[in-house]
Amino acid sequence: MIIKGKAYKFGDNINTDDIIPAKYLDSQDPSFLGSKCMENIYHEFAKTIEKGDIIVAGKNFGCGSSREHAPWAIKGCGVALVIAVSFARIFYRNAINLGLPILVSKEAAKIKEQDRLEVDLVGGLITDTSLGKNFRSEAFPDFMQEIIKKGGLINWVKTKKEG
Amino acid sequence: MGLTLIEKILLKNSLSKRLDDFIYAKVDFCFGNDITAPLAVKQFERAGFKSVFDSRKIGFICDHFLPARDFKAANNVKVLKEFARKFKLKHFYDIDKCGVEHVFLPEIGLIKPVDLIIGADSHTCTYGALGAASFGVGSTDLAAVMKEGKCWLRVPETIKFVYEGKLPQWIGGKDLILHTIGKIGVDGALYKVMEFSGSVIKKLSMDDRFTMCNMAAEAGGKTAIIEPDEKTLSYLKAAGVNKRNIKLLTSDEDATYSKIININIENLKPQIACPHLPSNVKSVDKLKKIKVDQVVIGSCTNGRLSDLAVAAKLLKGEKVKKGLRAIVIPATPKIYAQAYQKGYLNIFQEAGYIISPPTCGPCLGGHCGILDKGEVALATTNRNFTGRMGSPQSFVYLCGPAVAAASSITGRISHPEEVT
Repeated sequence: MIIKGKAYKFGDNINTDDIIPAKYLDSQDPSFLGSKCMENIYHEFAKTIEKGDIIVAGKNFGCGSSREHAPWAIKGCGVALVIAVSFARIFYRNAINLGLPILVSKEAAKIKEQDRLEVDLVGGLITDTSLGKNFRSEAFPDFMQEIIKKGGLINWVKTKKEG
Repeated sequence: MGLTLIEKILLKNSLSKRLDDFIYAKVDFCFGNDITAPLAVKQFERAGFKSVFDSRKIGFICDHFLPARDFKAANNVKVLKEFARKFKLKHFYDIDKCGVEHVFLPEIGLIKPVDLIIGADSHTCTYGALGAASFGVGSTDLAAVMKEGKCWLRVPETIKFVYEGKLPQWIGGKDLILHTIGKIGVDGALYKVMEFSGSVIKKLSMDDRFTMCNMAAEAGGKTAIIEPDEKTLSYLKAAGVNKRNIKLLTSDEDATYSKIININIENLKPQIACPHLPSNVKSVDKLKKIKVDQVVIGSCTNGRLSDLAVAAKLLKGEKVKKGLRAIVIPATPKIYAQAYQKGYLNIFQEAGYIISPPTCGPCLGGHCGILDKGEVALATTNRNFTGRMGSPQSFVYLCGPAVAAASSITGRISHPEEVT
């Protein structure tokens, strides 16, 4: 699967209060949550991005609370993929469980704001067509690939039972 | 080769009876709150699940936006109540019965050593203080656990923290953990378990141990753990846990740690985390010019009885600085009642504090103490991210209960010695 979009850059330690402020957590509606995504640190983010765009962040992306509303908000506003130097652990498992594509890449720090990216999710190869450069990402462990292939945790649990 | 305490618990619960990189593990208790559990219920229903694995081992603890701040918050409790009724869940608690989840669950004896606990809340790591393996997860994880009674886990490495030295006056669990996070950073323990040990931890009260384990999340830790001892056993006894159900394990002497960090606390001063990261830690004496608009004493980090006792001792016969808003939030109805009986609430009230009902409230900017643009809060809570307690242009400093109480008297960040 190839994802094509523009890069929106964020720094280190982007926390779940940045991604979706706690006051909105009484909602479980992805499109509502999406409309508030990054509100505290990039007020117009949800209005600015186009469907399919890509978040490129530094280390420890998604730190803070366990709120699954954070990956739902990112999905809900149309972001197709999050690339980060590293992810906080609950955000990481939430993304895998929900089927929000994420990639871990140290090299991706070289990507610039608004660069055009083409990402081969299966091969984990990130092509920055604006820079004319390729960046590699870390492969997911086999166990996680199993969940990703099933389209998330719920399907994995269901097929595990049947299989 | 020996195993760490966490590895032993995971091995015990691993369905394959092995410790591979990833395990699928049996869960002893799982729970969510009024913001994470409604999403879990939604995922559970969307998946078409028709049964739960064990109606006695699932908890809904309603504490975040409660007593209901608006219609939506009320509806979320109703959703949980109806699900609990449908599946005959034994542990549904509305705010008036529970208070803050991570204080309440140990208080009623639902958590014991060697248990594997899964909670849809990042501060689930609190229960490491009882020697349980407890992990915060998201709502979809909780939905799957409610159905299967099992959870996938990456087997983590452990960092051992050894605290030595004589504990200085006014220093508590909060200062130790803030100092530690300041040292290693907000991703300093990413994916790893923080095992707290050393002579200082052995002498530390259970309340202080809960405080320390609670904030492992702020260092990126997968969880925290402390080997159970006599103090743990007497806490469990008071919580009504049957002695026969208590198993005690410890880390082996030849267990493998990814790192061992020695911390001498002999000269430690009260620690404060400055905006906007829990790792931005400074000593209290470097912040004496910071004026404070609001003081909050409470939360799953520092809303326990001994926290209120420390604050009340300093506040006795004193008044809150004019123009400052001070809020105290006993974490559970039981703590509220005890604080009342011991006279602490009277002291707070006479000093000029607002006494809030048990709730997470302002900690996450929910209600009961939201900050406006430019306002500064000093709080015994656990996070100070941008906008955490309200306006994105407000500022949150984190501290222990003694500094919070002292500062509410002076109106600026103060060492407790200034008011004694």
